Amino acid sequence: MIVAERKSIPELMEMLKDHRRVLVLGCGTCVTVCLAGGEREVSIIASALRIASRIGGSSLAVEELTIERQCDNVFIEDASESIENNDVVLSLACGAGVQAIAERFPRKPVYAGLNTSFIGILEERGVWTEKCAACGDCVLHEYGGICPITRCAKRMLNGPCGGSREDRCEVRPDRQCAWQLIYQRLREIGELDRLRQIKPVRDWRSSLSGGSRVIIREDHRI
Amino acid sequence: MRLQYPTNVRIIRTPCTGRLEIEYFMKAFENGADGVLVAGCLEGGCHFIDGNFLAKRRVNYVREILSECGLEGERLRMVNMSAAMARPFAEIVSDMVETIRRLGPSPLKRSGILTEQESPT
Repeated sequence: MIVAERKSIPELMEMLKDHRRVLVLGCGTCVTVCLAGGEREVSIIASALRIASRIGGSSLAVEELTIERQCDNVFIEDASESIENNDVVLSLACGAGVQAIAERFPRKPVYAGLNTSFIGILEERGVWTEKCAACGDCVLHEYGGICPITRCAKRMLNGPCGGSREDRCEVRPDRQCAWQLIYQRLREIGELDRLRQIKPVRDWRSSLSGGSRVIIREDHRI
Repeated sequence: MRLQYPTNVRIIRTPCTGRLEIEYFMKAFENGADGVLVAGCLEGGCHFIDGNFLAKRRVNYVREILSECGLEGERLRMVNMSAAMARPFAEIVSDMVETIRRLGPSPLKRSGILTEQESPT
């Protein structure tokens, strides 16, 4: 899922300083699961904005709404009345959701209330870790299901770098060395031979380096 | 015991402090509460194992958000005590009320709410 975290209240207040009526719009999918932009977080941030605006001497009217998914036109429809009724939308969705709302309502300012951080998983309660860099050319099968692009600080495809200490990454000692994990995993599944294959220089064109990406499925187009 | 504690405190019972969500604290302050004191069970004494520890983390988080909003974090406090600790309860409530008096009334207090409570018709 996409993992995000909230921006600070002073940062949000600065964004909203020229507006009188704001819709805090939550998203019921990824950011609900990572406790950043679901119905509850909408309620908390809306309360915080009301408190901050009244302490600051302004009178910001804050409406709350959470829709199923902000990145999907079918669900955005549910929010159109509330969006029209307010001066500005503070979207608590990921960057995709914010842009989907902005595109759909071209005359309405739409601001991001969250910082979209990464694609990851819930490691344990309250801890999320990055697992995928969305590079567009998945190599997980070659590395025992552990992504060297995301989890190795140096993105080494023919690792390890030799700098790790014990099983710790030398760049970020609070993280495990991805190559240590890859080695252990390949050993456990009896595929250590994979490490003998030297990987050629990678073609990064499938990644973000060539600008935003588009996937077209002709079989699904109308 | 005939212990005295300030009368300007409204007691709200909950099944467990672990039931207290962040939104409840935010709503209380939004609606003009001068301060909120959370009295949870002694650490290690939670009937639901870790409800009071959950509450402690939430209280700390709310204090952070309140500070971001410009409201003093001291307006929210959590203490741990058992139902048999009447004397410490009275003392802590008095201390909390003193803290709030020093900070002054909440800047969010709507005029009218207090009057309504103090002089019910």
